[in-house]
Amino acid sequence: MSTSLLLLFIVVIGFIAYFAGRARSLALSGGKLSNLHSLPGYHGSYVAIWAMLPAALVLGAWLITAPVYIDGSTRATLPDTVQSQGPAAVQLALGQVKSVAGGLLRLSGEELAALESGAANLRATLASKGVALAGEGEPYMIAAAKHFNAMTATNLWLKSAVVLLIAIVGGIYAIRNVAARFRARNQVERVILGSLIVASSIAILTTVGIVASMLSEAGRFFTMVSPFEFFFGTVWDPRFAAAGSGGASGQFGLIPLLAGTLYIAFVAMLFAVPIGLFAAIYMAEYASPRLRSTAKPLLEVLAGIPTIVYGFFALVTVGPFLRDISAQLNGLVTGDYQNFIQAQSVLTAGIVMGIMLIPFVSSLSDDIITQVPRALRDGSLGLGATRSETVKKVILPAALPGIVGALLLTASRAVGETMIVVLAAGVAARMQINPFEPMTTVTVKIVNQLTGDLEFTSPQTLVAFALGITLFVITLGLNIYALYIVRKYREQYE
Amino acid sequence: MNIMSEAAVEKALDQKMNTVPYKMIGKDVSVYYGEKRALFDVNLNIRENTVTALIGPSGCGKSTFLRTLNRMNDTIENCRVTGKITLDTDDIYDPTIDVVELRARVGMVFQKPNPFPKSIYDNVSYGPRIHGLARTKADFDEIVETSLQKAGLWNEVKDRLQEPGTGLSGGQQQRLCIARAVAVSPEVILMDEPCSALDPIATAKVEELIHELRTNFTIVIVTHSMQQAARVSQRTAMFHLGNLVEENDTDKMFTNPDDQRTQDYIMGRFG
Repeated sequence: MSTSLLLLFIVVIGFIAYFAGRARSLALSGGKLSNLHSLPGYHGSYVAIWAMLPAALVLGAWLITAPVYIDGSTRATLPDTVQSQGPAAVQLALGQVKSVAGGLLRLSGEELAALESGAANLRATLASKGVALAGEGEPYMIAAAKHFNAMTATNLWLKSAVVLLIAIVGGIYAIRNVAARFRARNQVERVILGSLIVASSIAILTTVGIVASMLSEAGRFFTMVSPFEFFFGTVWDPRFAAAGSGGASGQFGLIPLLAGTLYIAFVAMLFAVPIGLFAAIYMAEYASPRLRSTAKPLLEVLAGIPTIVYGFFALVTVGPFLRDISAQLNGLVTGDYQNFIQAQSVLTAGIVMGIMLIPFVSSLSDDIITQVPRALRDGSLGLGATRSETVKKVILPAALPGIVGALLLTASRAVGETMIVVLAAGVAARMQINPFEPMTTVTVKIVNQLTGDLEFTSPQTLVAFALGITLFVITLGLNIYALYIVRKYREQYE
Repeated sequence: MNIMSEAAVEKALDQKMNTVPYKMIGKDVSVYYGEKRALFDVNLNIRENTVTALIGPSGCGKSTFLRTLNRMNDTIENCRVTGKITLDTDDIYDPTIDVVELRARVGMVFQKPNPFPKSIYDNVSYGPRIHGLARTKADFDEIVETSLQKAGLWNEVKDRLQEPGTGLSGGQQQRLCIARAVAVSPEVILMDEPCSALDPIATAKVEELIHELRTNFTIVIVTHSMQQAARVSQRTAMFHLGNLVEENDTDKMFTNPDDQRTQDYIMGRFG
């Protein structure tokens, strides 16, 4: 029985269990629902949970452990000549055995007999059935493959039998528990609590796992390149490393990338913060509800545009426009129509990223500004302050912690942004302060280092993980600092 | 004897009430929230240097009327006011009137204490600062001190003027809000249930304060408490379902009202 079919059976048993539990509790109630501690639906759910949950857990555990056990057992049947060649050879042989096992299932009885007697060539026979073998195939493989097939077959029916048995036994156990005063409602509540905890721990553990894997890869990188050279190096020149050549021949200085990242993020914030903040103030304080209800979603559409589209916009529209207008300006002033803004530049990337960030700033700030109590507004207006005085002197100071938090969150987005800078900022890793020249960022270099045919042993690719973990630490630091500021100001104002 | 004579003076003052000039005159004032009409042709005059209490059951329009007096209703969407209200001789709904200037002349204290998230000093100096009532630091210091003194808060906060106003107790916060309103030297102070969020001791202090403020300001107070109206006001106006039922000397209102509904409300038969 296949796994999906088995799952279907478990669900069917669960359904039956639900109605059985419900019916039993109804029968026990004697026609008066108030006799029951829990409503019949809870009794039904309780029985269904007992029927489905243990069975599903066992099935999950089985699916993980059984292949490991079968592989181990098959590996043990391999002859000593193979075993003695080391783990890699054993793994290779095991792979071939599995191919053979798949092929054997397609053969008729006579063909199988011919193979076992050595009368037919293994590779040719299997090839005729559409199974390609990597090598010629050894005789011992047939025996091992038959062992593998036998175990797989046993595994299949044993799994079905055990899982279905657990489902039925669980259901029966639960249905016997059902009684008028049985606290099924509390039991169901516990299961719901448990599943919520599992969901949140999966989210957290995934984060931990990602960080751990990045850390270990970054650790490998730092065995080849010294951390000092990486964090304080001012030259980024990783060179090209051929697969297997090894050896750290390039220079991996983080500083130029970090400078570019922060510079572009700064330019982006320079555009996004005033526009976004003013838009938020207008939306929250001045706009009529009708205008607000249409304009706010429109602004938020901007946040829904994929960043690669912003990248196009930068590459095709903003970049060339800035280049041409700079050429015109230069021509008007000096007579020399030479552009002083490159199409790919800090300015281009900064402007377009700023446009992308506007809705984040405005939407977050708008929510924070509207949360300022109406009483404060009335108090200020009642003293004869104008709207803008009220905004400037009362509302913004009151909303400041939230706004600072919003800006720092936006900044961490700007630092981690990838697609816009890949297309608009250029790839030249250098340190300079002219915003009209291209610079590059950490994210761009991660993309560069991980594009193409890769081997994850050379520093040229592993550096991506070191860059990634650096970026992660920066954004984490920004977020923690944002929370700190928000908390500090909140204490002050409460 | 001293107490007796004070009460006698008070009584004499109240009897002269009919001769006190009007500070604000409301004529045929109606207020609409969208389609809904909240006030029906109210004719109510506010006498100078007098505490006028507006009473009535919830939703009777007393707060709405109060908010028409400094056009705070302008901040509510779909709110429309008809009729005529004058402050001294100025029609406050005249299009040429600067609403910001009006609110400086007619200050307001709200139901819940709403100090700004600033220091006590900045709370009080907020109004004078935006209206340019003072130039130098010394001038501001003086305004802050006299305002806090008028609000009876000076002795409690003089050593911590730079601490946030939100850190004060509820009663202190409300007196800070009164000091803030007083600081712009308004002619009229509107109070919208100023004691409803306060405990009895804080309430007593604020009531005492209202009593004292009367010498310098004209005060209109909305209250749900009959006792408070009787204690602090010289004139009382009773609202019911958006209509002005009766307006009279407070003593008369609480002893021998003209209207049966006032009688019923004061006796606690509805509301």
